[in-house]
Amino acid sequence: MTTRMALLGTAAAIVLAPATALAERERGSSGNLNVIYWQAVSTMNPYLSGGTKEMNAASIVLEPLARFDNMGELTPWLVDEIPTLDNGGVAEDLKSITWRLTEGLLWSDGTPVTSADVVFSYEYCTHPEGGCSYRDRFAGIERVEAVDDLTITVHFEDVTPNPYLPFVGAGSVVIQQAQFQDCLGARAPECTDANFAPIGTGPYVVTNFRPNDVIEFTANENYRVPTQPYFQTITWAGGGDATGAARAVFQTGEMDYAWNLQLAPEVITQMESGGRGQLLVDFGPLMERIELNFTDPSPDLPDGERGTRAHPHPILSDIRVREALSRAIDRELLTEIGFGPMGRATCNFIVAPPAMASPNNDNCLVQDIDRANELLDEAGWERGPDGIRVKDGQRLELLFQTSTNAVRQDFQALIQQDWREIGVDTRLRNIDAGVFFGSDPGSNDTYLKFFADVQMYASLFEGTDPTPHLEQRRCGREPQPSTQWQGQNINRYCNEEYDALWAELNREPDPERRQELVIALNDMFVQDYAHLPLVARGRVSAASNTIGGIVLNVWDSEHWNQAEWYRIED
Amino acid sequence: MLSYTLRRLAFAVPTVLIISLIVFLMLDMAPGDPTGSLPLTIPLEVREQIRISLGLGEPVMIRYFKWLYMMCVTEPLHIVQGMTGWNIAPEGPRILSWQTRSPVGDIIVQRVPQTLWVVGMGYLFGILIALPIGVISAYRQYSWFDQVGTFVSMIGFSVPTFFTGVVFILIFAVWLGWFPSMYDTTHVVRDWNSFVFQAKQIAMPVAVLALYNASQISRFMRASMLDNLNQDYVRTARAKGLGEKTVVLVHVLRNSMIPVVTVIAIGIPTVFTGAIITEQIFRVNGLGDALIRAIYVSDWPMVQTITFIFAILIVLFNLIADVLYGILDPRIRYD
Repeated sequence: MTTRMALLGTAAAIVLAPATALAERERGSSGNLNVIYWQAVSTMNPYLSGGTKEMNAASIVLEPLARFDNMGELTPWLVDEIPTLDNGGVAEDLKSITWRLTEGLLWSDGTPVTSADVVFSYEYCTHPEGGCSYRDRFAGIERVEAVDDLTITVHFEDVTPNPYLPFVGAGSVVIQQAQFQDCLGARAPECTDANFAPIGTGPYVVTNFRPNDVIEFTANENYRVPTQPYFQTITWAGGGDATGAARAVFQTGEMDYAWNLQLAPEVITQMESGGRGQLLVDFGPLMERIELNFTDPSPDLPDGERGTRAHPHPILSDIRVREALSRAIDRELLTEIGFGPMGRATCNFIVAPPAMASPNNDNCLVQDIDRANELLDEAGWERGPDGIRVKDGQRLELLFQTSTNAVRQDFQALIQQDWREIGVDTRLRNIDAGVFFGSDPGSNDTYLKFFADVQMYASLFEGTDPTPHLEQRRCGREPQPSTQWQGQNINRYCNEEYDALWAELNREPDPERRQELVIALNDMFVQDYAHLPLVARGRVSAASNTIGGIVLNVWDSEHWNQAEWYRIED
Repeated sequence: MLSYTLRRLAFAVPTVLIISLIVFLMLDMAPGDPTGSLPLTIPLEVREQIRISLGLGEPVMIRYFKWLYMMCVTEPLHIVQGMTGWNIAPEGPRILSWQTRSPVGDIIVQRVPQTLWVVGMGYLFGILIALPIGVISAYRQYSWFDQVGTFVSMIGFSVPTFFTGVVFILIFAVWLGWFPSMYDTTHVVRDWNSFVFQAKQIAMPVAVLALYNASQISRFMRASMLDNLNQDYVRTARAKGLGEKTVVLVHVLRNSMIPVVTVIAIGIPTVFTGAIITEQIFRVNGLGDALIRAIYVSDWPMVQTITFIFAILIVLFNLIADVLYGILDPRIRYD
């Protein structure tokens, strides 16, 4: 039994659910499932939240046309097939895509799902006053057209080599027009009942929702697979803390599934020995990195010029210094201390999907203090009396900021020590996450303003296509006063070659060539030591040994195949 | 007495208004951004639109007056309507929480019962344990009972609830398996068995809070009893030939209760604030839990509203404590 639950990695999907056991199971036969989200769910409308927890909870009620499976492959969901160039679903000019809904789909209230609902979902999220969190999924769309009752064509404004953003994945779901038609724009938050209990096509229906507390679900009687879902009801508890959630699965067995257990590795290992549950880990695009500032953050500069490309960084503009900083870091040790089995040391900007991860940069995995020292010597930084390097009267001193978080503070201390060995003095600073990751242009402490020399945080991208993520590092995309400090080119990187290569990627429809280009862009960025990748972080959840059918998915909601979960009978 | 109470109530209104302004402005100026806790995959343009849709585009004073009006008129009417079914609530906007986009008042109404049950029982049991311990400890000062009582209350006072809570869970939930480690807020008491379950799940958080409260109050009780036991009137009472029981329980206890009642009354608002940490450890989804989570994600309307309610309660219970003082102690007259 336990081998069936060993879902570490992505390969386990195939061994799941032997056919003999399937025959006995029917809708509701597994009884009740207890799920614990220690960060409780605030709303069931993912368009109004943007948080992962809300997206996950909503994903068992509201569904997209297609989603990513655990291998990152597109899987038809409310349609029969994925439109492609070959089957004519994607237009030759790459400016439109046509989806065809599966026939006979019903909402949980028994009414048919039509193309009008899909068009309405687009209108709902793109309403200018709505504040929809997944607005960017519908960017670049000219219009969405209902061709007939079941056919929808999305017309893009421009050539779009990757048309699989709108209505794909748990963040871009189809909502019912009948339920939400009076909730457009500024009226969206007023529809509390609809937002808390949306009518969907998924395997479950909300029966009771208490914001930030608990959700009760029951099986959708109109679900398209007659034998599913196997669990009749789900109690989706929220609140408490990550330790308590882990304890409830591993030690007391009160809960069957716990989400997002970012705990210290030793705590997890010790709890896992409780023997009632299994840790589920899989790796997606989430990566902890150090950004090196290419601009001068000095407070002596006038307000509009501080941290802009008008003033290159006095120390970090030299690639030898950047490489030295990278070589001095012991990434394996950091991973072991901070994340244990939940992390992998990495040297890449794009760490997933596996096919897009570059194999060319693994040399940074081994700490090389000697080489780092050599590089700094070459660059003209000489050791001063206190061991800190000096050049032209300037000490090699860096301000290192990050958000307040136990693991990040450990990392800061370790990296400070590593850098100390090569004669770099590091001042540490940590900022409350709400402020650090906030986008308030009035605050000088945001990661966007980056008024420090180096900073550490984790970032990721949505779906399996890294193109928008790579786009962020183009020239001119950096936060600057003229954009109210908005922009995602955090380190203010600027390289014409990179921009040209990205433009090529953005036009390229051929998947293999795209892969090559992604790897080339990744290598260019990483080998320029434009930032220092540290650890690829896994998604960590825990499941009771009595639950089968779970396939952890980092490309979509963790509950993407909730209908297939079942209770293992002894 | 009545005119004093009315006068104090009249004074309370501007006090509460000033508090509301301070609370609102302080939170408004506080760093932190409601979109800061969203995943980094959400682009900044979208974040800006979200901020505008949350009403952050308007000037601060307009937002304050809107909030104050909704706080004092709309929300109470909606709450009354929800409880009685009378159709009195006005149409129009309500205070919306930024995280749930739903009315703050509804969430508070959902949360109050859990807090009152768990934290209230913790307080009540704390008092019930503390009073006899305080009385006996003082009456038999330096006896073994006093020593043990002092020791236990020092532990209860100095060991934080986040530690005792986890220890309780480890012993009673993980090792012994007597009680659930998590509180099930959907549980409804229907019959004897479900009542037993409710008693079980409430036992640990109540015990943790009772221990903490009892330690504090028993020290007050003991000190106050000791003050009175050495007074002249006690000797007089004994000289009159009154029995020890009457001397201690009627004369001394009644006088000693005056400061203790004040302490207890002033402490009642903390029942409503919920024991933030205890609620979080045992996953009791009460007001304290709502408050701390709202702070984490910079959900200012929620924080402002809960804080303001606490302010009202504190002002109110201070007044009640003063009035009680006058009733218990005939020497004190306010008029």
